Amino acid sequence: MSDQAVSLSAPSGAGHADASGPSGPKPRHIFSRRNIFLYGTLIVAALYYLLPLYVMIVTSLKGMPEIRLGNIFSPPLEITFEPWVKAWSTACTGLNCDGLSRGFWNSVRITVPSVILSIAIASVNGYALANWRFKGADTFFIILIVGAFIPYQVMIYPIVIILREIGLYGSLSGLVVVHSIFGMPILTLLFRNYFTSMPEELFRAARVDGAGFWGIYLRIMLPMSLPIFVVAVILQVTGIWNDFLFGVVYTRPDTYPMTVQLNNIVNSVQGVKEYNVNMAATILTGLVPLVIYFISGRLFVRGIAAGAVKG
Amino acid sequence: MSKSERPSRLFRNLNAKVASIPMILTALVVFVGGTAWTVLYSFTNSKLLPRLNFVGLDQYYRLWATPRWLISIENLLIYGVISLVFSLVIGFILAALLDQKIRFEDTFRTIFLYPFALSFIVTGLVWQWLLNPDFGIQGVIRKLGWTSFAFDPLYNSSIVIYGISIAALWQGTGLIMCLMLAGLRGIDEDIWKAARVDGIPMWKTYLFIIIPMMRPVFITTLVIIASGIVKVYDLVVAQTSGGPGIASEVPAKYVYDYMFFAQNLGQGFAASTMMLLSVMIVIVPWAYLEFGGRKRV
Repeated sequence: MSDQAVSLSAPSGAGHADASGPSGPKPRHIFSRRNIFLYGTLIVAALYYLLPLYVMIVTSLKGMPEIRLGNIFSPPLEITFEPWVKAWSTACTGLNCDGLSRGFWNSVRITVPSVILSIAIASVNGYALANWRFKGADTFFIILIVGAFIPYQVMIYPIVIILREIGLYGSLSGLVVVHSIFGMPILTLLFRNYFTSMPEELFRAARVDGAGFWGIYLRIMLPMSLPIFVVAVILQVTGIWNDFLFGVVYTRPDTYPMTVQLNNIVNSVQGVKEYNVNMAATILTGLVPLVIYFISGRLFVRGIAAGAVKG
Repeated sequence: MSKSERPSRLFRNLNAKVASIPMILTALVVFVGGTAWTVLYSFTNSKLLPRLNFVGLDQYYRLWATPRWLISIENLLIYGVISLVFSLVIGFILAALLDQKIRFEDTFRTIFLYPFALSFIVTGLVWQWLLNPDFGIQGVIRKLGWTSFAFDPLYNSSIVIYGISIAALWQGTGLIMCLMLAGLRGIDEDIWKAARVDGIPMWKTYLFIIIPMMRPVFITTLVIIASGIVKVYDLVVAQTSGGPGIASEVPAKYVYDYMFFAQNLGQGFAASTMMLLSVMIVIVPWAYLEFGGRKRV
């Protein structure tokens, strides 16, 4: 899987491809039928994919009267940022009326430790599996990978009991543990494959020099595998930020992550529906993964190609 | 590595073993233990609290006699077929178009893939808004003058699952396109040259040469889509909350509602065990094909 992901990045810019010599198709006119069909289809498809984002942004900038009268596709006549302010600081979920900001900070307090903990555990796992194989290690690894395909619903309740026994049920730390557990299969696979691909001599030389398990990990493996750590961080931040199921099962209303709170705000039955506030709240929730996506570019593609294995 | 004093086997490689404790615990306690626990308790009549009071297959009989479960299964099947067929077809077509040495490839790919960065909750809420009968697509077209135009999948119980599928396809096809594109890029350029020399039309080359060659990519993609289908939950919660009525219920939601709202744990366990079974039907043959027979290091 990972080697396919790498091959994605093979042909860079469009201009490059034409320079590969006589192998390509013969030069065509820019407005050939082929090009019109090709770019026409792609542009129509691109518009379809962009439409929801456009509607979200446009709606969030309109006032409610304009929404009731107008067309969801038309740009706002009068731009207002009030819905954004309201979504962030005063929108109500049940009894709390302090907006999405609470969910945002909860999500931050969930995501940051979960990402660090899950990556720390999984990278050490991957390292142990790649370089320090002990008897039975592969069995646990296979269980882990198969476990990634088990529907979460099967394991939800036993974990509720475990968390209750250790006193973490309903707390943010409990959710951090859950995210670390369910992030483990894919991340361990990612790190194991990466560490396996590193030259064996490196490891042997360090052993000869007397470095131990942790010494080699901290001083050699860690500094040499920064790219894969970045991929893992992207994968985990988006995955954990977007999680809904674990958030709704393992937290209480005052510790709800942003996705759960967003759903409660938008789908609450009482009160007048304020579509502009709802859309502003929706964008706010999607903003973190979107920013990561647009900044990280190809690394994100690598991350999901690797992460896709978990389904 | 021979050591003079031969330490006990258990303590050899001790650091690696200590470091793997979280992995071992996760594998044994959560994955194996948790699954076994749920399957075991699905044979009991647990209500509010799990109790080991065995009632045989009663929960399963009740499950398959519950209309809501039957609707959930039917919805999952429709949603599954739509997701599989359309995300494979659309994903492959988009990948093939992007593979034509086009300009702005990166821009197009970025556009097709960005929905995948969004959560199902965000996806569901956006499409709930777009499909809103008064203000969304239907409302806009009616305002243009076509007053009898009807497109309100989220409020029509016979087609609501299609409305959910549209949102799911919008969110997920970018990923399939990426996987397919990676597969297409892995195909030897010489194949294309040979096909061109033989004068085989492009669509025939794709259909009869390239797609068969991409079999492993298709199988992996299929497994990814299939295991995603069974898990569908957040999207339904956000988009319709299972409504209108119970028309868009799905198994994952059934499990959650019975465990945490209806306080009927036994039903929840039985339903989740059925989900496990359906996943195993997909995964076991795949794992056998992929890993069985030859050993991979």
